[in-house]
Amino acid sequence: MKILVCISHVPDTTSKINFTNGDSEFDTNGVQFVINPNDEFGLTRAIWFKEQQGANVTVVNVGGTDAEATLRKALAIGADEAIRVNANPTDGYFVAKQLAEVVKNGSYDLVIAGKESLDYNGGMVPGMLAAMLGYDFVNSCIKLDVNGTDATAVREIDGGKETLSTKLPLVIGGQKGLVEEKDLKIPNMRGIMMARQKQLNVLEPVQATNATSAVKFEKPAPKSAVKLISPDNLDELVNLLHNEAKVI
Amino acid sequence: MSILIYAESADGKFKKTAFELASYAKKIAGEAGTTVTALTINAADSSALGNYGVDKVLTVQNDKLKSFNAKAYADVIKQAAQKEGAKIVLFSATTDSLYTAPLVAVALEAGYASNVVALPESLSPFRVKRNAFSNKAFNITEINTDIKVLALAKNSYGLVESASSPSTEDFAPSLNDNDFTVKVESTEKVTGKVTIADAEVVVSGGRGLKGPENWGMLEDLAQALGAATACSKPVSDLGWRPHSEHVGQTGKPVASNLYVAVGISGAIQHIAGINSSKVKVVINSDPDAPFFKVADYGVVGDAFEIVPKLTEKIKEFKANNS
Repeated sequence: MKILVCISHVPDTTSKINFTNGDSEFDTNGVQFVINPNDEFGLTRAIWFKEQQGANVTVVNVGGTDAEATLRKALAIGADEAIRVNANPTDGYFVAKQLAEVVKNGSYDLVIAGKESLDYNGGMVPGMLAAMLGYDFVNSCIKLDVNGTDATAVREIDGGKETLSTKLPLVIGGQKGLVEEKDLKIPNMRGIMMARQKQLNVLEPVQATNATSAVKFEKPAPKSAVKLISPDNLDELVNLLHNEAKVI
Repeated sequence: MSILIYAESADGKFKKTAFELASYAKKIAGEAGTTVTALTINAADSSALGNYGVDKVLTVQNDKLKSFNAKAYADVIKQAAQKEGAKIVLFSATTDSLYTAPLVAVALEAGYASNVVALPESLSPFRVKRNAFSNKAFNITEINTDIKVLALAKNSYGLVESASSPSTEDFAPSLNDNDFTVKVESTEKVTGKVTIADAEVVVSGGRGLKGPENWGMLEDLAQALGAATACSKPVSDLGWRPHSEHVGQTGKPVASNLYVAVGISGAIQHIAGINSSKVKVVINSDPDAPFFKVADYGVVGDAFEIVPKLTEKIKEFKANNS
């Protein structure tokens, strides 16, 4: 089985978010970048397939040279090779087009991407990629098993979960649950050394339009100070929730 | 041009988000000088859409579409958009609609903006404001394509009543076997409990509750408020509560009207996930807990005393106001 894991290079979850250049760009100053958490669950599941069932795992990112450190980390965790499509990932449609090209040329059986990235939160690349390829697609996937060309996937639904059966080739929009948090792999020294020998191929993007563009960013307005209520005066809290906030 | 909304229903009944979406669409239609068509799939009764300004309802009744199937639903929505000549196609931010929207966007060669939180800033160029960076910022997105697909964040616009008498038309899209290659084997759903996705009120607990055995008082409070229960990441990592209740940046997002946090210090990742909630109440014994900085109302004290007392007060209030 040939697996492609799509990796977004995103600010760490603890990052302070600031903008620069007239609020038109994300300020990367002092920001630590990581593998997008939803992608990391997918990557770990892909490596489980490699170790338990035999698979070749390629990781791919659409981004600039700064994303190569994140791809090297994925190689250190256990991916076999990496691809970077050398383009600025500003629009989901554009990114999906680049990834579709990589999938077609590499004839991958299984493509795993995080259901959403922590930066733009578009939640669109996995679905768009599946639609462009004509592959089946399972979103919000919390469990995945593959047997030959048959796949069983569990997806989260509002208030529960649903088990789906489908066939490869397949695109997965993954999240926590694909593996447990405690089973996420941390690169060890041997993995880091081996990652240096592994191939990281840089491809030039194919022609594609940007369906959207992010023209400006804004930070939320500062919040007014909290109203503190004494634990002995909870009637006041109920009163405020009813008459002021109007939520009960 | 017209505006098409996909009015999602569950077991034949519309979700509240469908009415919010209709309200939002009506406002844009007014500004753009056009009409709103709602597409429904196996909904029992579409008349309620007339309370929110829908001009026309396309009803699809088809047993093949009984259980949700993203590919098939996307195919139906695409055909409806083409039939109506829709230039704007709108979705709610439910699990199923967010699953479907990107497929529709590709089928219509449309740019797609999700997490939309306000009316378009302008229609030409088409610019909308959306949540980004896990609610830590907003992003003004310009959609450059002829057709635009949007998904509206829950509780971001609200319900605006506007009476209309929509015309109704049966719509029979053409479906093919290729739409149904992903098959539903089984569904497990919690019954008799408010889900986090649908909840108007969420009561959430953190490590301050000291152990899973203390969740009873939180469930009592939730029940009194008609709320869903949720928890912080450490609580789900410790196995005190199921992962499905974990809310925050890497868990479920919460956009309720009221969010009550008990014994949660308020790590930046937790705040990011729940910040779209309108009103936040924080109960914590530590007056320096960072959560108080983003809260609307705070009570500093022992949760084990405050929560049961608050539950009684809420019950009294509900009894007197129902």
